[in-house]
Amino acid sequence: MADVEMTEARLDTAEGSISSEYVEFWIDLFLGRKGHEYFCDVDTDYITDRFNLINLQKTVNKFTQVIQYIVDELDDGVLEQMSSARLEQLEHDARKLYGLIHARYVITIKGLQKMLQKYKEADFGRCPRVYCNFQPLLPVGLHDTPGVDCVKLYCPCCEDLYIPKSSRHSAIDGAYFGTSFPGMFLQAFPEMVPPRPVKRYVPRIFGFELHKQAQVARWQELQRRKLVHSLEQRGIDGGWK
Amino acid sequence: MSEYIGDNSRTGSSEESGTFDEWIPSFCARFGHEYFCQVPTEFIEDDFNMTGLGQEVPHYRKALDLILDLEAMSDEEGQDSEEPVSRSIVEHAAEQLYGLVHARYILTKPGLQAMAEKFDHKEFGTCPRYYCGGMQMLPCGLTDTLGKLTVRLYCPSCQDLYLPQSSRHLCLEGAFWGTSFPGVFLKHFKELEDYVDRKNKETYELRVFGFRIADEAPSGTRMRWLRQYPKTSEEQLELQDCEFQIPKVQ
Ligand SMILES: [Zn+2]
Ligand SMILES: [Zn+2]
Repeated sequence: MADVEMTEARLDTAEGSISSEYVEFWIDLFLGRKGHEYFCDVDTDYITDRFNLINLQKTVNKFTQVIQYIVDELDDGVLEQMSSARLEQLEHDARKLYGLIHARYVITIKGLQKMLQKYKEADFGRCPRVYCNFQPLLPVGLHDTPGVDCVKLYCPCCEDLYIPKSSRHSAIDGAYFGTSFPGMFLQAFPEMVPPRPVKRYVPRIFGFELHKQAQVARWQELQRRKLVHSLEQRGIDGGWK
Repeated sequence: MSEYIGDNSRTGSSEESGTFDEWIPSFCARFGHEYFCQVPTEFIEDDFNMTGLGQEVPHYRKALDLILDLEAMSDEEGQDSEEPVSRSIVEHAAEQLYGLVHARYILTKPGLQAMAEKFDHKEFGTCPRYYCGGMQMLPCGLTDTLGKLTVRLYCPSCQDLYLPQSSRHLCLEGAFWGTSFPGVFLKHFKELEDYVDRKNKETYELRVFGFRIADEAPSGTRMRWLRQYPKTSEEQLELQDCEFQIPKVQ
């Protein structure tokens, strides 16, 4: 029941906002912040549905209040009576909770769609590896628990992990995207999986490849050919270029 | 403010008198020129080191004089004989000439030493690949011909090539470092290779809820070979077979 009330109240404010000139929604402010470009817009319906929040209750204090704050449902009077320290804590908790809900949302059908749009616009940056040819990247966490490690970027071309270019991005918690996101994304949109580049680099001196490096590169190419062979035997096209 | 100080007072008042207008230091100090090291004028004055560059760069003589801070003199004598060339054209030629000499210099012992210092200070940036753990990179050209390709960065740890992170380095001419630089650097500083060999060779594998993705899926693992190194004795034997060619897969 509480959910229904929340959603109804939400609709009220949405309508009310037309008359008042500048109503700034918390989520919009959050998304507009410099460095938050990797986040997508989580539907308020999703945030207010208790079913989606299972096991998140203990991640912040005064869970319900934080949720209300995120969806702009918290009474102005309540906010006004808060000390600045409490407000700061509330804002901090809201960002953390939004991040954790975000990690769940981006692996839902709607969330994947929103992230697809961002991926197509290369909002997560492009692979710095020369032979990946500016392949757009996908954010990923190495842990699903917050506070362990920062977000990394996965390249679907070279299948490797990169550190975001900007320190604004490299400081974001990886748990806000989760460990499963790129895998889910590429399974949901197999047409987004690029052909893998075979080309690679071996250092040369006046045109001659360095012997040791060239030998290892040949061995690595042998491993690739063995994979091609084993995939072919199972009737799978590896999709290299 | 210094612009307003009269010409005659400049020579006397300047603290580093004599150095304020030198072409090479000011070129290397320019924003975006962090990958360049300073080539000593003696190296440039040695005709042997400049062999063939006269054909590569237009207005070679004027460009050379500019680099060596001799331009004023030649300006006076050349005025009637040669057709006047605009300052910006000569400046551009000087930059090209310096870049090409630079590519030669950094393959010499003192040049390698100068670049090693920059390498140690991470002046060429660090590898963006997560598992390389901030390994320093080396600038590298993919061709030695001017005007073809911009500079790339080579990571000795993953042995791969990357684009510079900052846009101010993205448009630098690759031929100013040349195709042989990382190779010569690795050969010269053998300890770097040992260091890299000892580094951990952790790699990433895509997972969903902890499970690896099936090979049949388009997103199944296809690139593990790129970051793979021989470990078992069997793989070591296989590596030996790869000394001159890739053996057939049966
Ligand atoms: Zn890549
Ligand atoms: Zn690397």
